[in-house]
Amino acid sequence: MSDFAPVDYQTDPSKYKHWKLAFDGPVATLSADFDENAGLRPGYKLKLNSYDLGVDIELNDAINRVRFEHPEVRTVVVTSTKDKVFCSGANIFMLGVSSHAWKVNFCKFTNETRNGLEDSSNHSGLKFLAAVNGACAGGGYELALACDEIILVDDRSSAVSLPEVPLLGVLPGTGGLTRVTDKRHVRHDLADIFCTTTEGVRGQKAKDWRLVDDIAKPAQFAAKVRERALALAAKSDRPANGKGVALTPIERRIEPDALRYPHVTVEIDRAKRTATFTVKAPAGAQPADIAGVEAAGAAWYPLALARELEDAILSMRTNELDIGMWLVKTEGDPKAVLAMDATLTAHKDHWLVRETIGYLRRTFSRLDVSSRSLFALIEPGSCFAGTFLELALACDRSYMLALPDDAARAPTITVDEANFGLYPMATGQSRLQRRFYNEQPALEAVRAKAGQPLDGAGAMALGLVTSNPDDIDWADETRIAIEERVAMSPDALTGMEANLRFNGPENMFTRVFGRLTAWQNWIFQRPNAVGEKGALKVYGKGDKAAFDWNRV
Amino acid sequence: MSISYAEKIPNNVNLSEDRTLQRALEQWQPNYLHWWRDMGPDGSQDFDVYLRTAVSVDPQGWAQFGHVKMPDYRWGIFLNPAEKDRKIHFGDHKGEDAWQEVPGEHRANLRRIIVTQGDTEPASVEQQRHLGLTCPSQYDLRNLFQVNVEEGRHLWAMVYLLHKYFGRDGREEGEALLARRSGDQDNPRILQAFNEKTPDWLSFFMFTYFTDRDGKYQLCALAESAFDPLARTTKFMLTEEAHHMFVGESGVSRVILRTCQMMNELKTDDPAKLRAAGVIDLPTIQRYLNFHFSVTIDLFGADQSSNAATFYSSGLKGRFEEGKRADDHVLKGQHYKVLDVQNGQLVEREVPMLNALNEVLRDDYIKDSIGGVDRWNKVIEKAGIPFRLKVPHKAFHRNIGTLAGVKVAPDGHVVSDHEWNMKVEQWLPTDTDRAFVASLMGRVVEPGKFANWIAPPVVGINRQPIDFEYVRFN
Repeated sequence: MSDFAPVDYQTDPSKYKHWKLAFDGPVATLSADFDENAGLRPGYKLKLNSYDLGVDIELNDAINRVRFEHPEVRTVVVTSTKDKVFCSGANIFMLGVSSHAWKVNFCKFTNETRNGLEDSSNHSGLKFLAAVNGACAGGGYELALACDEIILVDDRSSAVSLPEVPLLGVLPGTGGLTRVTDKRHVRHDLADIFCTTTEGVRGQKAKDWRLVDDIAKPAQFAAKVRERALALAAKSDRPANGKGVALTPIERRIEPDALRYPHVTVEIDRAKRTATFTVKAPAGAQPADIAGVEAAGAAWYPLALARELEDAILSMRTNELDIGMWLVKTEGDPKAVLAMDATLTAHKDHWLVRETIGYLRRTFSRLDVSSRSLFALIEPGSCFAGTFLELALACDRSYMLALPDDAARAPTITVDEANFGLYPMATGQSRLQRRFYNEQPALEAVRAKAGQPLDGAGAMALGLVTSNPDDIDWADETRIAIEERVAMSPDALTGMEANLRFNGPENMFTRVFGRLTAWQNWIFQRPNAVGEKGALKVYGKGDKAAFDWNRV
Repeated sequence: MSISYAEKIPNNVNLSEDRTLQRALEQWQPNYLHWWRDMGPDGSQDFDVYLRTAVSVDPQGWAQFGHVKMPDYRWGIFLNPAEKDRKIHFGDHKGEDAWQEVPGEHRANLRRIIVTQGDTEPASVEQQRHLGLTCPSQYDLRNLFQVNVEEGRHLWAMVYLLHKYFGRDGREEGEALLARRSGDQDNPRILQAFNEKTPDWLSFFMFTYFTDRDGKYQLCALAESAFDPLARTTKFMLTEEAHHMFVGESGVSRVILRTCQMMNELKTDDPAKLRAAGVIDLPTIQRYLNFHFSVTIDLFGADQSSNAATFYSSGLKGRFEEGKRADDHVLKGQHYKVLDVQNGQLVEREVPMLNALNEVLRDDYIKDSIGGVDRWNKVIEKAGIPFRLKVPHKAFHRNIGTLAGVKVAPDGHVVSDHEWNMKVEQWLPTDTDRAFVASLMGRVVEPGKFANWIAPPVVGINRQPIDFEYVRFN
C-alpha cells in the first residue's frame, strides 16, 4: 500500500465521514454511520458499518475531543445510526487487499484506541457504554468489549458475535478473545462455542453467558441506555463546569525526509534507515497554576507535546516502514522540564491536567509497542529529566556521552516523581519498575537521587543508562551500534524487542499485545489465511478456503 | 393426553416412526395453534371455510376440498418424492451426492436461510389478519383464508426442517418463529417488508401478485439446494404458491375490469369522477403497482453480495431453474451486469457473477412479473381504453444495495431531490389514495354478491358456482 498517499492521523469533526458526535449534558453519543464509499484506500466498500483505518482515525480523534473539549461529559454512548446494524467489524475486503504490514499496523492502532477507552475509564472517569442496537460482529463486538458496559437490543435478531475463526480463518485480534475471558469472564467452554459460531449469540443467552451486561426490548432500549449512561456518569468525577480546551489543528510541516512540529522534529536518514526524534523542552515562561493552564489551552506545552509526539509516532509507524530504527534525542533546559513536572504533579487531580497526563501516558505507551528499534542518545544540550527521561527509559538502549574533561558541558539526566508512576506502561508498572524488575534496593537507590542531575558515571552506577562512552569513543561506538542494529532481521528484532520490553507482570493489555497479537500475526502470515485459497482471501467471492490440515 | 400426530398431521415423512420429530412437534404444535388463535385471521375461528387441504403429494392428494374450521385445518408435512441418487448440480460440490443430512460446515447458513424463509410465512398471515373484516365477497374471503392456511403450512414445512435436522438450535428457532410479530417494534419479523401493514384488499392483491412471487423465486432457488430435504420441501411448497399468485393476479385483474366498465359507462377517465362512482382509478392502481413492485424487488437483497456467492458455491441455494441453464453451473470467472450511478446517470457495470446472483434472481423475477401486468393490460385494451400499466424501472424507489436512496423516476431517469419531491405523489400511493381505497373497503358476505369496486370472477373455486357458500359464518 506504499504507493498511496501517506496516512494522516489528524482530523476534526468537520471532516468526519463516519462518526457523528452529539452532546447532551453528561452524556455524549458517538454514532457509527460509516460512509461505505469513503474507505481510506480503493478496492472495498465499508458496508454495514465495517471499518478501516480511516474510520478508526476518526474514532481516536472523537474520543480525544470528548476528553479535552467536553469535560462535562462523563459517559460516551457508542451506538449506530444504521438500521439493524451496530458495527460489523474490520472490513474483510480491506484486509484481503492489504499487505501484512498494513494489517498489523491497523490492528495495533485499533488496539491502542480500544485500550484508550479503558485507560480513560480507569484513570480519568470517562465511562463508555456500548448501546448495541443491531448486529454486532467481530471488531464491532471488540469495540463494545472495550466499553464499561454493553447493552444489547433484544429484538430476536440482533446478536453479538466473533465469527473470525469459522468465517475468516483468523482471530478476533483486536482484543476480542482476551476481553471475552479476562474482562468479561465468559466461561472458556462457552467462549469456545461463541467464538466458533458465525451467527453469534443474542438476547437472554448473551446476557447469561456474560457477553453483554443487559438486554432491552427495542421500545425500552433508549430508556435503558439513558438510565445506564447516567448511572455510569454518577461514578465519574469529571466536572460539570470545566472549561473545555479546543484541540485546534497542530502545527506541522511535512517534508520529504522530515516531520517538523514546534516541539518535536523527526529527521529521516534514508540511507542509514534511521529517524531521529528530537523533543524540545518548554522554553520561556510557562503557567504554573490552573488559570494559566486553561488560558494556554491546546498550546499548553505538555498537551501540545503529547499531540505532536503522538502524530509523529503514528505517522512514522504507518508511512515509513523501512525506517527500522528511531533515535531519540532531547533539547533544552532540564529545569524547564522539571518545572513542567512540578506543575503536572501539583495539579494532577484537575481534570485538564489529568487528561494531559493521560495523553502523555498513552503516547509513551505507543512507543513501547512500536515495532522499531529505539535508542536514546543523551548528548550535550539534552534534557532527559523527569517526563523526558521516560523517553530514554522507553528505549531498548540508551547511550550517554561522558565528558570527563568538561563537566560543565557534560549531559545529565534527572529522575523526578514523574518517573515513579505518573506514566505506567501497559503492564501497570512504571518504566523504572520494569527496568529493575521492581527490585526495591535498586529503585530506592534511584529515588535517593531524585531531583539531582546525574552525569554519565552517576547514571551508569544506578543502572539508568546502557553505556556512557566518552567523547573519544562516542562517535564510533554509537555509529557501530546503530549500523549493527539496522542490519539485523527486522522480524527477529520486532519479536525480540517486544519480548524484552514487556518483561514484567502480564495483564489483559499485555496479553492483547503479546499473546493475541502474536498469534494473530502468525495466522495472518499463513497460507490458510492469506494464501491464494486462504480463508481471508476467498471470503465473499464464493470460493471455499482450502486448508492445509496439518496442525503446527 | 396422547395425540396421534401421525393421524392428525397428514404427512409423507413417516411421522409415526420418527421419535425426534414427534417429541419436537408435541411441544411445538400446541404453541402453533395458540399463535393461530392469537394472530390468525381475526374473528374467523368458528367459520367453516371451503378449503383445499393437502393430504398427499400426488395431483389428487394435494387438492382435497371441503368445509373446515381453520384451527382444525390439517396442516401437513410434505416433501416431494425423493429422486433416486440425486446429485448436486451446481457449485463446488457439483456431481457429488445430494446431502440427506445437514453438513456441519453449512449448518449456520442453512439454518439462516430456512429461518428467514420460514419467518415470512407467519408474518404474512399476521399482516393480513384484519382483511377478513372488509372482504369484497365470500369468494375473496375464502381465497384469503386459503392463502392464510397455506402460509401456515409453509411455516410447518420450514419448522419440520428445523426440528428434524437442526437439533436444539432448530427447536429454539421454531419457537422464535411463533414469537416474532409482524410490525411489533420490540419483536419484529426479520424482513422489513413483512413488518408493513397490508391495509386494504388492493394491497393484498398486489402483495400476493408481487411479493408472493418473490416467495416463488426464493423457493425455486432453494428447490435446487444440495440439501435434499430442503429441495424436496420447497418443491412441494411451490405447488401452493401458484394459487397465491393466482389470487393476486386475478384480484387485480377484476379490480381493473370493474374500473374499465365504469369508465366506459360514465365515458370518463377523470379519477375524481371514477372515485365518486366508487371504483379505483387506473393511475391509483399504477401507483400501488409501483409501490409493491419496488418494495418486493428489494427483497432479493443487495446487488453484490458475498452471502449470495457463498450460498451458491457451497450448494445451499441455486438459481431459478438451475437445471435448465446451459452453463458450467460453477460460474467462477463469469460476470454479470449490475446498475450503478455515475455522474447522475445509471450505468451498467460488470461484476463477478457469483456475487451478483441476487441480481440474477431479481432479473428473472422481473421478467416473470411483467407477464401478469401484460395480461392486466389486455383487460384494459379489450375495454377500448388507451391507458397501459407499466412496471417501474428496477432502480425506482429502492432501499437495498447500490441503488438504495438514489432518486430515479419510474421511467429510469435519475432525478434531483427536488424533482422527486415534486412528482412522488404521481409515482407512489399518497395518504389520500390510501384513504380513498380504505373508504371502499366495506364487508360484503352475501353469497354471490361483490363489492362495487371489483368484478366477479369468471369461475368459482373447484368448479363451484360463484354464489356457492364458500364460508359459513355459524
